Amino acid sequence: MHIYANPKRFLSLAKWLLPLLFWGGLVLSAGALAWGMFLVPPDHLMGESVRILFIHVPAAWLGMGGWTGIAIASAMLLIWKHPLASIAARAIALPGMTFTAICLATGSIWGRPTWGTWWVWDGRLTSMLVLLFLYAGYIALAQAAAREGGSTKIAAIFGLVGAINIPIINRSVVWWNSLHQPPSITAGNSAIDPTFLWPLLAAVLGFSLLFGAIVLMRMRALIAEQQVEARLRRRALADEVPEAGAPAMANS
Amino acid sequence: MREALDHWDFVIAAYAIGLGALALLISWSWQTMRRAERRRDEVKRQGTDR
Repeated sequence: MHIYANPKRFLSLAKWLLPLLFWGGLVLSAGALAWGMFLVPPDHLMGESVRILFIHVPAAWLGMGGWTGIAIASAMLLIWKHPLASIAARAIALPGMTFTAICLATGSIWGRPTWGTWWVWDGRLTSMLVLLFLYAGYIALAQAAAREGGSTKIAAIFGLVGAINIPIINRSVVWWNSLHQPPSITAGNSAIDPTFLWPLLAAVLGFSLLFGAIVLMRMRALIAEQQVEARLRRRALADEVPEAGAPAMANS
Repeated sequence: MREALDHWDFVIAAYAIGLGALALLISWSWQTMRRAERRRDEVKRQGTDR
C-alpha cells in the first residue's frame, strides 16, 4: 500500500484505471438494470415493484461499504500516517453519502406499494438515516480541516467512531422487529431466487466499479488542489525572500 | 380496503431518482477533476515561465 504513498505513482495508476472502472461500470450497470427492468418476471408477492431491488440494494451496500472504506483509510492515517489516506477518505465521503441517499429514497418509494407506508422509524431505516447524517458530519469536518489548515486526525477519529453504525445497520433487522425483511444474502447463502440474484449481483458489481471511478476522480481533484496550494505557497515564500533582503542591501 | 397502486409508477420514480443522482454525481466529479487539473497545469506553466 505504501508503494502508492507517492502521489505521482498513484496518479499514473489512476490515469489508466479510471476509464477502465468507469466504462466497465457503466456497461455492467446499464446491462444489469435493463436485465432487471425488462427480463426479470414480476415477484409473486411484491409484483412489479421488485425491480426497485436492483437499484436499492447496490446503493445500500455501497453506502455501508463507503463508510467502511472511510474507517479503513482513517485507520491507515492514524496508524501508518499514509499520505494519501486522508485524501482517499475525503474522496469516498461524497459518493458514499449519495449512495446512502439513493438507498433511503428508493427504499421509501419501495415501501409505499409493499408496506403501505413511505417511512417507519424502525432499526434498519433509522440506522441508515443516521449513516446519512454521519456522512454529512464527516464531509463538514474534513472540509473545515482542509480549509483552516487544521489536523486531519479529528475527521479520521470521527470516521473510525462512526464505523460502529455499520454492524448496527447490518444486524438491525435481526435485533429489532422491523417491517424490513431479514438479510436475504449471507456469507455463502442466498434466499433470493437465481432469477433475481444474478442481475442483482451484476448491478452490485457495476455500481461498485462506478463508485471506484468516482472515488478516483475525487482523489485526482483533491491531489491537484493540494499541488496548486503547495506550489503557490512555495512561490509566495520565494517572492518574500528577495524583498526581505532588499533593505539590508540598501543599507550596506 | 387496500388501494390499488400501479407499481410501475414507483419503479420509474425510484430509477429516475437513483440514476439522476448518480449522473449528477459523476458529471460533477468529472468537471471538478478536470478543473482542478487544468488549474494545476496552469500554475505549473506560470512557474516555469517566470
